[in-house]
Amino acid sequence: MPRRRLIYVPFWATYVFLYTPIIVLVVMSFNAGKSPYVFEGLSLKWYGELAGNDTIRQGLVNTLIVAVGTTVLSTVLGTLLAVGMARHTRSRLLDALGLLPAVLPDLVLAIGLLVFYATIKMTLGLHSVILAHTVFGMAFVAAVVRTRLTHADTSLEEASRDLGASPLATFTRITLPTLAPGIAAGALLAFTLSIDEFVIAFFTAAPTEPTLPIVIYSMVRFGVTPEINALATILLAVSFTVIIVAQRMTRLTESLS
Amino acid sequence: MTAKHDIAPPGAPPGAPPGAPAGPSTGRPSRRSRGLGTAAARLAFLGPGLGYLIVLLLVPLALVLSYTVFRRGRFGGVVYEWTLENFTRLFDPLYFDVVLSSVKTATLTTLAALLIGYPTAYVIAGLPRKWKTIALIAVVMPFWTNFLIRVYAWIILLSGPGLVNEALTGIGLIDKPLQLLYNQGTIVTGLLYSYLPLMILPLYAAIERLDPQLREASANLGARPARTFWSVTFPLTVPGVLTGCVFVFVPCLGNFVIPEILGGGRSIMVGNLIRDQFLKARDWPFGSTLALAVIAVLVVLLFLQAWASRVYGGTEGRRA
Repeated sequence: MPRRRLIYVPFWATYVFLYTPIIVLVVMSFNAGKSPYVFEGLSLKWYGELAGNDTIRQGLVNTLIVAVGTTVLSTVLGTLLAVGMARHTRSRLLDALGLLPAVLPDLVLAIGLLVFYATIKMTLGLHSVILAHTVFGMAFVAAVVRTRLTHADTSLEEASRDLGASPLATFTRITLPTLAPGIAAGALLAFTLSIDEFVIAFFTAAPTEPTLPIVIYSMVRFGVTPEINALATILLAVSFTVIIVAQRMTRLTESLS
Repeated sequence: MTAKHDIAPPGAPPGAPPGAPAGPSTGRPSRRSRGLGTAAARLAFLGPGLGYLIVLLLVPLALVLSYTVFRRGRFGGVVYEWTLENFTRLFDPLYFDVVLSSVKTATLTTLAALLIGYPTAYVIAGLPRKWKTIALIAVVMPFWTNFLIRVYAWIILLSGPGLVNEALTGIGLIDKPLQLLYNQGTIVTGLLYSYLPLMILPLYAAIERLDPQLREASANLGARPARTFWSVTFPLTVPGVLTGCVFVFVPCLGNFVIPEILGGGRSIMVGNLIRDQFLKARDWPFGSTLALAVIAVLVVLLFLQAWASRVYGGTEGRRA
């Protein structure tokens, strides 16, 4: 690298760039005044307003329902797919298909599903969002579980089968427990992706049952309100907690195995 | 993505017929026979996921593709009469310029991400182990907060009475607030802010993997640091650069949220056009044709990436 010191300029610039907006959001959420730009003293009033906002609460409930549904479906389908792809076939076409939802622009998947739902005349609702989110959720679970599978030792499975265990017994007694950390990581990933997903939900949700990102979208389009800052701060706090807990859990499982 | 699964052990049959006998009876254990490789098991594992992807991914994509050659229905949907009208309309400058300017915006964002992301990833890769983890988590952290709220934060920062204008007037650089919102620069800023982590992570992975001895050898042989960087370090990290570029370019190209929130509706991108065709104009066939244009750009890009990483990283990819 050309100069040793100079390289630290873009490095720090990156972090200033990434965190300035977040800090401003958090600080302004405690603003007593109505202006989103000028700080006029500490207050929790926007948190109070937020707590009384029924649209946001309903959005949050819808989002959680969708995220849980997506996680369950994605985890089951993705794990089976990963095991199938790693142990039972070796096909480049299949690999490509498994990766497709992750590389396809979300907008293209969104309109595809909208067209599909319209063609089979399915009414939109939370179920249509769950089905849609599972397409990419499953792909991510499969990818995570597969990484673990390729590193896993196959000799245990072999031994189990050589000793006469049925495929089902080998899968439930040997493969699944070995994969558990990978499956948990995949499930967490699917859950987080679903909670934050906007574009696909925007196209596949019923207007009467918006998810939280859709609610936020209409608020943001409507204009700047300090309530959004309060919501952002809460979401940030939740993300921080989840990441720290996940970090601890990985360290714990690593030290156990 | 790793290429681990491509490495077949010697002697593994490339494609045993479905239902090939597996298990202890097949003498020398091939890789395939190690699992639970009966046809029934294969169906049980692959069937549900594959079926799901076919019905909810391939069929919808096929529908979108087929819509490009049909006429629009009156209230959305489609009338099954052949037409090439959608394609002639796509090349109408009115729409085609939007496609081109979207490609330009996405390219600008990708280059900006590379310029700021490469040195950042380079510094992170050289940090002590503990700080490395913290620096990486700090890069990903903003990514785990709501995307819309992150974009919204920039309205507060860049507006007339916002922080950036305050700071600039404060240090006496400008007299009156600048119009920082609602132009192409704002859109690029928003896109860069949203997708910069996707550039830094693959770059970090590529740089971290480098053998420090290569750089030492280059220095010992008398190369200046700049020479070492451009002839040793950078060429070896090209696959990571390409991955990062694709990761950033793809979500930028089809984006409609950031142009809408930060672009003030004036400078729209192809994503906005597609959204409007589906949800406002109710012209699904034309919306599908625009989406096809986006896919075409991405396919070209992925081919370029595959070609370039073969040229630069031929040995790198094989090793794994």
